[in-house]
Amino acid sequence: MDTNTQRLLHTFSALADLGQEISDTNDFEEMLRNSFHLLLGSLAIRRGAVTEYDREAGTLRLIASRGFGESTNDALELPADHARELASFGSTMTLDGATRRAQRFLEDHKALASIEIDLLLPLVVRERLIGIVLLGEKASAEKYTDEDLEVLSALARHIGVGIHSHRLLEEVEHKAIENQRLYDGLRKIYKETVQAFAAAIDIKDRYTQGHSVRVGKYSEIIAREMGWSDEEVEGITIAGYLHDIGKLIVDLSVINSPERFSAKDSKEMSRHPSAGYEILARINHPYAEIPLMARYHHERIDGNGYPDGLKGDQIPPGAKIVTLADSFDAMTTDRPYRKKLPLEDVLEDFRANTGTQFDPAVVCAFCRAFLNEIEGRKEKRLLNLLKKNYDEVESVTPLLNQLISDFDGASLTATAH
Amino acid sequence: MAEPSREIAVQARSVGNVAIIYASDYLNKLSGERIERECRRQLESGCRTLIINFRDTELVNSIGVSILVGVIDAAEQSTARLIFSDVNNHTANLFEMLGLTRHVSLAADEAEALSLVSEA
Ligand SMILES: [Fe+2]
Repeated sequence: MDTNTQRLLHTFSALADLGQEISDTNDFEEMLRNSFHLLLGSLAIRRGAVTEYDREAGTLRLIASRGFGESTNDALELPADHARELASFGSTMTLDGATRRAQRFLEDHKALASIEIDLLLPLVVRERLIGIVLLGEKASAEKYTDEDLEVLSALARHIGVGIHSHRLLEEVEHKAIENQRLYDGLRKIYKETVQAFAAAIDIKDRYTQGHSVRVGKYSEIIAREMGWSDEEVEGITIAGYLHDIGKLIVDLSVINSPERFSAKDSKEMSRHPSAGYEILARINHPYAEIPLMARYHHERIDGNGYPDGLKGDQIPPGAKIVTLADSFDAMTTDRPYRKKLPLEDVLEDFRANTGTQFDPAVVCAFCRAFLNEIEGRKEKRLLNLLKKNYDEVESVTPLLNQLISDFDGASLTATAH
Repeated sequence: MAEPSREIAVQARSVGNVAIIYASDYLNKLSGERIERECRRQLESGCRTLIINFRDTELVNSIGVSILVGVIDAAEQSTARLIFSDVNNHTANLFEMLGLTRHVSLAADEAEALSLVSEA
């Protein structure tokens, strides 16, 4: 085998190994070290470094180096126009061109001048500078030939692509994690904002403090009992918090009147669901149904509600849930015009109005959730809310069972959508 | 027998103050960095002659060359002598072609390598 053939074989196998290396390994550091050895070993180059270009920082960062000692450890500044210029040369260069450009680059970068660089190979992927390979002399001390440069350019291209794909992958992974984190954070902030908002709505109405938050919680309990997904449950909780948001634009004196509403006041008051819808429809919610749940929380399944007089299935399931939660809280808390009702009376009211005002499936789900808590099968959430106003709640167990047997299976109109 | 350094299974032994290190087939992979580290360790502990024995090395690829260049660098920095022994023809040609032989003496076997040392 003559020398040229052997040389060719040696460098070709370096290229083949490198291709293999870059496509095989998942370990970036290892890939880089191997690639760098292959690059240096292909021509027995004594010194070399691979730097990666950080576009944002405008610096070259050393990621692998041999034979340069400590002198290349600092990041080197590389202004964007220099980076663009280097990228425009591509990675295939003639010796003359390379040295001339290298010379210019070195003149600009005095820190590198001390480390005897003979050759500079820009790593370019899709016309963008990924990094630069800096090379010193060969063990043979011979000048780099055109053929050498061809080989080195090919190897450098591989390394450039290797670094580039690794960073892309990293970025994708990082973005996915970051997005999830941002999303979770936003949801949390959103929920907290909404809760704060709910408290603000309730403060405006001094007789119903805590009402919105409780309606949100009752709605959540009912929706969960009905088998809604986590996301839907979260949506209806927020709808509960915001269902009365329209009250913010209803005349204050009406809301805080200690009298039962006059006809005129009642008209003013009945604006609040549509007003709420108008407010909520303008906001981009993570849950599309929220504005409709606010609009229709005073509808009745017999069509005698407001603002649109919708009937039965025309009313969105979420609105039916909020309606019951709203009524339950209204009857179990003191109002300006009356005291809270005994729990037995509340459930009697439910029984009397199921099928006209309330959806039977929602009433059943509510009763089941209530029973589950009384009988210890579920965490006491509804009970904890009620126990602030009632000393004894367990006695309603027979009534709850009665309601379930009366209305279970009567309607499926408010099951999970 | 020289004490093997902790992390490696690089085969090495000392004859007087000469260290003999066996390249084996470690050389052609990242594991070859162990050989370079072992050489540096020997140099740091004062050894001024290194013999690398290639008797179990059929072929040296680019990674191997890169590692050997690193060893050459280290030896030169310590003004130590570096001898490669038991290098087959093919590999000897490669070393010649790549200019490694400008920095390293080649010896047919360990005995010849050791005699080169005593000549100096
Ligand atoms: Fe309301």
